[in-house]
Amino acid sequence: MAQALEAKPDVDMILGLGTKEPKVPLERTEFVRSDQKYSILNRIVRATQVDTIVHTFLETNSSAVPSRVLHEINVIGTLNLLAAAGASGASVRKVIVKSSTHVYGAAEQDPAWFREEDTRTGPVRTRLERSLLEVESLVRDFAEDNPQRDVTVLRFANVLGTDIITPISFNLRKRVLPYIAGFDPLVQFVEEDDVVRALEFVTANRVPGVFNVAGEGKLPWSEVAAFGGANLLPLSPVRPRTFAAPLERLGLIRFPPEMEGLARYGRGVDTSKLREAGFAYRYSSAGAVLSFARANNLRRATGTAAPEYRYEQDVEQFFRHSPAVVRGVDP
Amino acid sequence: MDSDDREAAQRVHGGDGSDTTVPGHPDDADLIEAVLRHTPPDRAPQPTDTRVDAPAGVAEDRGGHVDRGIDIGPGPDIDQGTGRAVGELTGATVSYLPVATRSVGGDEPLDDPRRSDVDEWGRSEHMRSLTRKLYDPIYRHWFRVEWEGLGKIPTTGGALLIANHAGAIPSDAPAIMHGVETELGRPVYGLADYLFRSIPVVGTLWSRNGGVPAHPDNAYRILHDQQQLALVFPEGTKATSKTYSDRYRLRRFGRGGFVEIAMRAGVPIIPIAVVGAEESMPIVFRIPSVAKALGLPYFPVTANSLLLGPLGYVTYFPSKFKFRVLDPITFDVEPGSDRYSRSRVMDEAERIRATMQDALHDMLRERRSVWFG
Repeated sequence: MAQALEAKPDVDMILGLGTKEPKVPLERTEFVRSDQKYSILNRIVRATQVDTIVHTFLETNSSAVPSRVLHEINVIGTLNLLAAAGASGASVRKVIVKSSTHVYGAAEQDPAWFREEDTRTGPVRTRLERSLLEVESLVRDFAEDNPQRDVTVLRFANVLGTDIITPISFNLRKRVLPYIAGFDPLVQFVEEDDVVRALEFVTANRVPGVFNVAGEGKLPWSEVAAFGGANLLPLSPVRPRTFAAPLERLGLIRFPPEMEGLARYGRGVDTSKLREAGFAYRYSSAGAVLSFARANNLRRATGTAAPEYRYEQDVEQFFRHSPAVVRGVDP
Repeated sequence: MDSDDREAAQRVHGGDGSDTTVPGHPDDADLIEAVLRHTPPDRAPQPTDTRVDAPAGVAEDRGGHVDRGIDIGPGPDIDQGTGRAVGELTGATVSYLPVATRSVGGDEPLDDPRRSDVDEWGRSEHMRSLTRKLYDPIYRHWFRVEWEGLGKIPTTGGALLIANHAGAIPSDAPAIMHGVETELGRPVYGLADYLFRSIPVVGTLWSRNGGVPAHPDNAYRILHDQQQLALVFPEGTKATSKTYSDRYRLRRFGRGGFVEIAMRAGVPIIPIAVVGAEESMPIVFRIPSVAKALGLPYFPVTANSLLLGPLGYVTYFPSKFKFRVLDPITFDVEPGSDRYSRSRVMDEAERIRATMQDALHDMLRERRSVWFG
């Protein structure tokens, strides 16, 4: 995302905030390490007078972090971010939130395609969904309290791509995709690049509101496994987690609670709102899975998908700010 | 050209079964070209097959997705053991899903590399043609279905087909869908209760054969956006749970939801009067306690099950089916509106119900025998 923004000449300053260092080479992005709750954001906003905040750190993988931490990252982190953005006299004009279609849930009575204004058809069952819903309601309140600021919420479907690690990508890499015996639902994906392009699009243009972001079309769960070269592991239709939990503890598969709904009913979201706003996708759902599969092949064959990059603070500082470096000469 | 493709297919398939060869593709462009150009010579579509499927020309003028219908052979089998596609790479039927066509900023949308022909509702034309082949003998020789007025169902554009419902485990839905698909060559989506989604194997089969949960948004999308045929039974489970003594007495058509769906989508309603399904699996009595225990809407004890035991739940009596298609009903209302006058909707629903009841009585008067028509 930062790389994409760097390419834009009208973006003056890019500041990345995160708990982990950037993994890709960046030329003019400043990086500040923060804690999980991003409590430092307030000071940074005041100090740098940014006008756009892109909130990308919502954790949507409940198997990556323990549940209490999930709540901290998602809810408390968002609170801090919105507090920083909403402080009176703050320069922030635009807040963009990278949310997830998990907020719709996956239940029996769902429509085949959720539109942005549709509500869930069933009660919230998983911690992740609960935390995401809470985040979205905080963002909604913020938008109401700050009509002069543009608030955009992007709900992304399952992301797959060359680098991103998600529960589904984890399973495919391990060549074992769990499924619920007797069910083969249709699921949607969005490609990693399209995620970045969508964020770019809403950063560059004024598009306040909530938007679904997903590739065109859906594909069956079994086809996802076929693309990724994975075997299908059947789980019992009644309480699949009892069988999946020990395998998860052994690190063989990932089957977080939010995946159960997906593996049973699937989910589709209608993406016409963002298309009408002018965004064009490059990848369909199947295209996203294919792109992941190709990167995976490369990874399996050669060991890595792309040359590794290590971020070193002092090196970056030297190249950017040291008077010893001669500008205008290619390194 | 063909030999090149087969070579490409073999190369990718990795004839030596090496582990690193995933049935992925060496290059997007190669894949698309190979799939589109390849026609397996030993699997040229039979004359009978093409009659079954939609004419290719139909695909173009629809804005949304359409099943291609041209069967170029079975899709790749997914070997359940390894989860890998076996068989010829290019045996897959390609689904011509329109990918993002609006190109802003010069980024070209990439092609859609699907491997199976399961469409966005879960329907697979491949599985559907297989089902049609299996169901055809039942259709022609067991139920000996006779249609009247099939020409009233349009060959292009959306329409909502409605019919009276009967039989403990309905036999009329598959017959109607089979008939329309075979004679008109158009896909039909059967809107049914949500509970099918939660049934393990049967639910998936139902979906692959064109079953769609009856959510109003789904119906709107099928009828209006994709201009396809949808079949719905307005009586719902009230009709199928009727006992034999109430046969051919049409229940209330719900709250007229189907009328509202058709109005909103701007498509005609085409009623089909069905005679014969009542006698194919007549309910003698129901056991509510068992139904509650099993979580079913009702638990029927049918004449079939009394005669044949548990086998009776999958065996139908060979009553003769007669389907009469009544005149399409259009509404002079503005499509796409959020709500329609409730009284108007219920009036229309009642009027349609009366028309169908009359047609049923008419057909029953003419019928001389349950089994032979």
